[in-house]
Amino acid sequence: MKINEKAAAGTMESSDIYIEVAPGSGGIDIQIDSVVSDRFETSIRNTITEVLSEFGVKDAKIMVNDRGALDCTIRARMETALKRASNGGI
Amino acid sequence: MRRSMLFLPGNNPNMLINADVFGADAVIFDLEDAVSPDEKDAARILVRNALKYMDYGNTEIVVRINSIDENGFWSKDLDEIIPLKPSMIMPTKVTNAEYVKKLSDYMTAIEQKSGIPEGTVKLIPLIETAMGVENAYEIAVADERVVAIFLGGEDLTADLCCVRTKEGDEIFYARCRMVNAARAAGKDVYDTPFTDVNDDEGLIVDAKKAKSLGFTGKASIAPRHVKGINEVFSPTQEEVDYAYEVLEAIETAKKQGKGAISLRGKMIDAPIVLRANQVIAAYESIKGGSAR
Repeated sequence: MKINEKAAAGTMESSDIYIEVAPGSGGIDIQIDSVVSDRFETSIRNTITEVLSEFGVKDAKIMVNDRGALDCTIRARMETALKRASNGGI
Repeated sequence: MRRSMLFLPGNNPNMLINADVFGADAVIFDLEDAVSPDEKDAARILVRNALKYMDYGNTEIVVRINSIDENGFWSKDLDEIIPLKPSMIMPTKVTNAEYVKKLSDYMTAIEQKSGIPEGTVKLIPLIETAMGVENAYEIAVADERVVAIFLGGEDLTADLCCVRTKEGDEIFYARCRMVNAARAAGKDVYDTPFTDVNDDEGLIVDAKKAKSLGFTGKASIAPRHVKGINEVFSPTQEEVDYAYEVLEAIETAKKQGKGAISLRGKMIDAPIVLRANQVIAAYESIKGGSAR
């Protein structure tokens, strides 16, 4: 999957996660801001990396603002953001 | 046994991940009215992931999809959701049997593609137009997937060009026709939500009215209404005790070779036995089959 434009998915509400995806500059760059970053930043990063891999994304910039989302929510918002970014536009 | 069915917005992770804590017998993940058009994609992906990764225990999962005439959302909803095998799909603004058959055929194609036995996912059509109410029986018998029909009072009153009231006189005919159609078809029937989320007493009055007309259960848009609905649609201990007495009296009469019997001075005939069996079935279902 090719990231064509900047796009986002999710919200800043409790238990949700806001994810912005943009075209990269030659690789994957993931920036994470989370209310539970001390304990779960690695887990969030791993989930995002897995979804990127599932969709074959190799060049993207990912900005994440997590509000305590579970794994299934992170996967869903990431997939939505990627699909929107590949089609173009927020 | 479904007494209560709780609507939850399909694009709200906080509600979806906690769906089984509200005490509802069934929850309805809503992809229709609770989701704005520009978030339909996000909601169906979120619901699909919730179904894939969450364990909702004994809480039955229903997914309300978009109407068949709205922008093709309905088919995308089914494409995402059917492979995860929710208990039921709730199609909206169902007006006739043809509508149900079109949906069922599409669901069959997805089930075949996904390696799921045909007919696994059931249907509970939402009837919320004047035409739908008039065709309630043909909708109920349109397809084997249909296990129940559901009355939507808000859209119906708009279609009837009248105002929705707490008393519900304006939907009395629709309620009666829905119950009659469902029972004639041998299906369950569910009542529209009581929409004043802060009026607990009004909810009880409305739920009792629905039960007295023959509804199987009632929907809610407010978690706080679930407990009241469950109480109204559960048989009382007095009803349960009487039902067991009826069945015991029947057994005793059989052993003694008696034809006609009476209990508490009243003749026990077939409708009373049928009602006793319905009460016990409901009671045992609520207790997880462990009662008595």
